Formats: sequence, structure tokens, C-alpha cells
Amino acid sequence: MKKEEKNTKKISRRAFFRYTASIGAVVGMSTILPAYAFAGFGERDVLEPKGADNILDLTISEIPINIDGKTSTAIGINGSVPGPLIRLKEGEDVLLRVKNELKEDTSIHWHGIILPFQMDGVPGVSFDGIKPGETFEYRFPVTQNGTYWYHSHSKLQEQLGHYGPMIIEPKDNDPVEYDREYPVLLSDWTFESPYDVMNNMKKMDGYYNYQKRTFGEFFKDVSEDGFVSAFKNYTSFARMRMSPTDLADVTGATYTYLMNGRGPESNWNALFKKGERIRLRFINGSAGSTFDVRIPGLKMTVVQADGQNIEPVSIEEFRIGIAETYDVIVEPKEEKAFTIFAESLDRSGFARGTLAPNEGMAAAVPVLRPRPTRTMKDMGMNMSDMKMDGMKMDNMEKKDNAMEGMDNGNTDHNMMGMSGMNSDPVKHGPDRHGVGAAAIADNQYNRLNEPGIGLGKDGRKVLVYNDLKSLEPNIDERKPEREVELHLTGNMERYMWSFDGKEFNEVKGPIEFTQDERLRLILVNDTMMEHPIHLHGMWMELENENGIYNPRKHTLLIQPAQRISALVTPRDKGRWAFHCHILYHMEMGMFRVVQVSDKNGGIY
Amino acid sequence: MKQVNIIVKRTPKIFSNNIMLKINFQKIALILLPILILTGNSVKAQKAPEFSNKILPDNKTYFYFVADRFEYYSKEGTNPLVWDVQGYYGKDYNKFWFKAEGEALTSEKEGEMEFQGLYSRPVTSYFDVQAGLRYDVAYNSITSNSRAFAVLGLQGLAPYLFEVDGSIAVSEDGDLSGSFEGELDLLMTQRLIIQPRLATSVAVQKVEDFGVGSGLNNIQLGLRLRYEIKREFAPYLGISWNRKLSETADLAKLEGADVSVFGVVAGVRLWY
Repeated sequence: MKKEEKNTKKISRRAFFRYTASIGAVVGMSTILPAYAFAGFGERDVLEPKGADNILDLTISEIPINIDGKTSTAIGINGSVPGPLIRLKEGEDVLLRVKNELKEDTSIHWHGIILPFQMDGVPGVSFDGIKPGETFEYRFPVTQNGTYWYHSHSKLQEQLGHYGPMIIEPKDNDPVEYDREYPVLLSDWTFESPYDVMNNMKKMDGYYNYQKRTFGEFFKDVSEDGFVSAFKNYTSFARMRMSPTDLADVTGATYTYLMNGRGPESNWNALFKKGERIRLRFINGSAGSTFDVRIPGLKMTVVQADGQNIEPVSIEEFRIGIAETYDVIVEPKEEKAFTIFAESLDRSGFARGTLAPNEGMAAAVPVLRPRPTRTMKDMGMNMSDMKMDGMKMDNMEKKDNAMEGMDNGNTDHNMMGMSGMNSDPVKHGPDRHGVGAAAIADNQYNRLNEPGIGLGKDGRKVLVYNDLKSLEPNIDERKPEREVELHLTGNMERYMWSFDGKEFNEVKGPIEFTQDERLRLILVNDTMMEHPIHLHGMWMELENENGIYNPRKHTLLIQPAQRISALVTPRDKGRWAFHCHILYHMEMGMFRVVQVSDKNGGIY
Repeated sequence: MKQVNIIVKRTPKIFSNNIMLKINFQKIALILLPILILTGNSVKAQKAPEFSNKILPDNKTYFYFVADRFEYYSKEGTNPLVWDVQGYYGKDYNKFWFKAEGEALTSEKEGEMEFQGLYSRPVTSYFDVQAGLRYDVAYNSITSNSRAFAVLGLQGLAPYLFEVDGSIAVSEDGDLSGSFEGELDLLMTQRLIIQPRLATSVAVQKVEDFGVGSGLNNIQLGLRLRYEIKREFAPYLGISWNRKLSETADLAKLEGADVSVFGVVAGVRLWY
């Protein structure tokens, strides 16, 4: 009897939410959230292709939005932020029709999906974009499964809410067992115009950083570490003109962090029954925020990364870079509320939701941990000869090295047959990447075993990239025939971002890949900030010494001074975007086009 | 009760074959797709745009204006209004940079000011080289003097985070001079900032009309405490000491002007 009562209550509440949502749409006010943001999702919350042609319709338009009681205008998909949960099936051919009701061009990029490049949705690269009033038909065969997402690739629309989750059901049995699932889409929202945000950062270094080091912190550090040590630390950063608190460009000073479109006050709810196995599909759909996620009181088992099944890893916390996805399984054994806590990397705010047996419950919300500071290792210093770093600094004043093209000056680095990880650190070549690079990582570290700044020191088991091991083997077992090395470069003071010191407008042409070749992509982070690097149209098999079980990633979160490598087999011809997924970095020029041609140079 | 420990089932061996099949299917689909599209009604989707590097706002033109000092200078005698503004219009690599600095009395007709229009280009990660023209005016109720210069300077962020601006200038009469300015932001709190400032100038030739002597002209030391209500708007209070030196001091003495001036400033730092 009791159980039945509960069910009726649940249904009526759902009906109530649906009712309010439709009222909101009619009156043109209040919170327009996707249904799954309220109470998890049943069938009615999910958008699935319909009919013989597997058609699914999406409409992009301006909508009113309410974030924790404050209203603004967002760009919604089918009237909500985030957009509807799109659910596809592996093996079907789909037709996704996207109608643009905005006054400007728009687009949808299906993040992490392997498809013909004309369907990839990057204006100016794969197609012309969707003009106001027009409808674009995305047709492609669905050849993979897992958790993904979709978002605008036009201007700064992504920051305005133009994103949504996408789940592809496997054709065969899902190796992951679960009783219930929820997408957990993390994102960031600002009530400022994102175009103002970009201008502010261009004009003032650290505009949104209200966690800089002050006199007060200096005296605290003196009392903890002694005057000499504290003074040395402060002056060495000042000498390099670097801020040890450069953790995020845009921070909680303007951002409200969202979980499925809800601010921390509005507490997104996900329901469970005791003993159930719940699959949480985390997606970081932020424009500028890296999150550290944990659920106090629950262990999480990571089963999928970037839509690809991995060997289960039991952890207590994980960092999720922008555009990455992680599926975790949790099994609450008690009938109580658990907080899903996603702290921004710089600790300037958090997104939060609650996993509970009943709606409207809440558990204690943890306090934000103190913001960490960058170390000399993040600056690419050699930790073994730290005392000599005074001499290295002078190099920074050296005039620009006018070296063209790829940095291939690393003599330490053997071209063939090695994983690229044997020597640690690897020394930087002579190219200092010009004025667009404030610094370079003289020493480049592997760091695949490090959880990242501010993590791993409070006793929790935190996911590291070395934990990722693919469940299914990669099909291409060939050794790489060649290497392509790109350096992530930037100048926070001038707010310039680039690869190899060249903003996209400065490059002459695309990076050339040949179809079906096997290559090693080496990415070196010369900056002191994390960058989530996304390669469209093909997998990056992260070289973390798992051989054919190296994990396949569409986005790699690269730590400061890290040297990371991935094996790539470009199977689909065409022009593919390759960029930093911090929206503002991409817009500032940290973007390239990879062109995959056949032996004759054709891309069609 | 469900088995708790095994979350992920081992992939059966056949599965890897399935992947091969899947890929083949994908390839077939890829071959079929253009045909599908050509026969369908979205023919235009087939051709992608030609490669272009002009699709991002990464080479945008910006306008920036900052009034670093805009203040009322309270000292012994007259109390002038002092300003030090600059800004730019341009892109990452090419900018038109303008600067204006001066002081004037509001109560009577007396003031001196300079205006600069410069081409600015980054030469290192932190420094721009700047070249252009400068125009100086000095006036009072009796006379008015002006002269023009060609200027070459270096402006940027020096090690230890000093904002510095140094330049050399040749006047229309061939007189050579130089100036230097440096300031540093020290954070008391996130919004309360102390800014020490030093400015000095030097001249090779004596130019009496402008009260400029040969050698080191003057040294200006200031200390301003500002509060950033917004990043763009920060009122401040401070002290400013201006000491004329060597021959310039002698010229001042002859005119009966003060050689050393100390006073309190109140103003606002703002930018757009």
C-alpha cells in the first residue's frame, strides 16, 4: 500500500512539473528546463528519432531562462537549456533536422560522433552553417554507442545554453549493468554577455580572478613556510610575470555553475531506490570550467570515458575537462540523500544536485576547498635543478625565434617505435613560439599518473588518465608511421591563444593527415593552464601504456607542462576541426583544421 | 539480489569480430552516403567550404581606453587637475596607441600637457615597441609654448610585474630627451590595491621655454591606494611627491617656482 502511495505522488508531481513547464512556454517566462532536469527521465523526456526515416526535429531559438531565481535570455534547443536528451540507437541511419529561429547563424556539432565530415557541424570547415529561418538536415549512420553531447559551434552560442546530452544505445548487449540512469550535464552560465566576457579578458589579465595572492596570504605563507621560502616563491612567480592563481580564465565571479540546467540553489534531483545500480552519465558542457566531481558517502565506478567503455575503476573523485564525458556507477545502500558535488577547478564555485530516494531531499553540501596554486613544475621547470632556474628565466627575454612550422627540434625524442614517454621530462626545442606564447615548458612531463592541480592530497582516490583502459581492443595494431607534434601556447597578459604560437588566422593551411595512415599525435602544453583538446572526426588513442587497450578519447585534458601522445588512424576523409574546448581560447585562435585526404589528395 | 561485484561483463571474443563488421558497415555507409545525399534533396550538403582561416574572431579589432590617473592634486599653493590617460585601437599585432598626460589649473589659465599618437607592435611576449609623434603644450595667462617630437618607446610588463613605459624623443629643434615611468600593483585584498609609481625624465639640451634643463629633470614618486568597486572603476587616494633636479631645478628657482612639491591626490582610475 505504502509503495503505491509513493508512486501516485511521484506521478502527480511529474504532471505538475509538466504543467508548469507548458504554462511557462505560453506566458513566455519562468524556468524552461528540460524535463529530465526536474525528475530524471522517463520515456516522455527523451527525444528519439521517429518514423521509417528516423527523423528527429530540433529548433534553436532564444528563450527566457531562470537561474536560481534570476532571469535572463538564453539560446535553447526545443525550448530548453540544456537541450533535450537525444537518444539514438547504434546501427540506425538518422535524419536530424535543425531549424534556426535565431537572428544569427547557428550550428550543431555532434561531439565525439564519427560521421561524414559534412555532417560534423562546424561552420566554415564542414558546412556553411545554418542561416536564420533555415533548416539543416544532418544525415548520418550511427556507428558507435555511449554517452556524448551536442552543441553549437557558432560564435559564443555555447555559453548561452546551446548544448544538450546525447546517449546512443549499443546495438548489442550493454556490458554495463544498471537499473537506472541519468545524464548529468555540467555547465556554466553568466548573466553578462559572453561577448563582454571575452572583451574583458582581452583588456585585463585576470579580470575574473578574485583569488589572487594578497599581502594577507603572503604573511600566512611566511608563517607556514618561513620568510625565505615564501619570499622566493612569490618573487620567482613575479619575476616570470606569471600568476600562480591562473586556474581559470572565467570564474565564479561571473559564472553560476549548472547541473542539468539548474543552479546550486535549485538543487537538481535524481531519484533512486535502495540497492539499485545507478548509472550517472557525466558530461562537461561548459564553456570555460573544469569540474572536480564527487558524491560524499558513495564510491563511484567509472565504466566509460568519452563514450567508450573502459575497465571499471573504483574511485571517489574525478576531474572532468570541458567536453569530456565519464559514466559512473553508484550503488547507494541507504535510503538517504547524497550530494553530487562538482567543484570548479579554481574553487570559485560549484554545481550541485542530489541523489535521493524522494524528491525535494537534500544532503549536506561540502564547503569549497581552498584554491590551489601553480607550482614550478606547472611552469615547465626541472624539479631536480630548481636552484638554477634563475638562469633559465633570462631565456624568456630572448627574441622571437622565427622558426616555421612544426616544432621538430627535440633531439631527445626518438622518431620510431617508442611510446614517447621514456624520457621524463622531455626538453623543449629551440622554437619559443613568438609573442603569442608567454612561456614554454622547458621540461615536459608525462603526468598521466597525476590527478591534476588541487587533487589527490586529501586521501580520496582520484581518477588519473593512467586508470583508463579500454574494454574493447583498438582495431588498428600498427605502429605509428610518423609523428605530428603540436604545442599548446598562450599569453594570458595579451589574451592570445594558439597552437605553436600561431593563432588560427595566422596559419596558411590545414594540418595534413592521410586517410588510414597510422600516426602519433604529440601534444605539449607550454602554458600553465589546463586545456581540453578536441579532435573532431576520429579517435585519439591515448598512449598510457595499455597497448591495444589504450583508451579512445575525443577530448584530452592536458595539464600544464604535460607532454601527452595519442595514436590516430584517420578513417574518414574531409576537413575536421581541432581545438581547445575552452570556448574563449578557441575563439582567440587556439584552433586548427585537420584535413584528411586520400592518396590522391581528395577529401570527398 | 543482484550480483554487486560484477558491474561490467567481459566482452565475449566474438565482439572484436563485431567491431570489424561494424567498421566495414561504416565504410559501406560512407560510400553509400554521398549517393544518398545526391539523390536526396540536400545536395548542397555535399560540398564543404574551401579552407579558410578567417572563421574566428581571433584577429578582432579592439578599442581600449584607460585613465590610469585622473586626480585632484592638493598641495601648497594652487591645486591642479592631473590626468594620465592612454589606450589603443587595433589588433594583436598592429595597434594605434594614444597617450595624453598633463596638468592644468581650473581656477586660472595655466597648464602643461602632452599628446602622443603611436604605432605599437609586440616585440616580445610582454613588450610593445612604439613609434610616433608627441606634441607638448605649456601655457599661462601671459604666454603659450608648444613643440613637437618624434618618439620611440618600449612599453610593457617587466620582470617582477612592473608596468613600465620608457621612451626617447627628438624635438623639432633637434633636442634629445627621454622619459621613464614604472608602476606596480600590490594587492592588500582582492579589490584594495596599493600602487607605487615612479616617473622621471632626462634631457640632453637645455630648453628654457619649457623649463627643461640639461641632465636629469625630475623625479616623481607616488603612492595610490585604490578600491576596485568594479574592475573598470576604482576611486583612489594617494600622495605624490615631485622633485625637480639639477639644472631644471635651477630654472624653476629663477622663475620663483617650487623645486619640491608634495601633496595629496584624490582621483579615480577607470577603463573601458
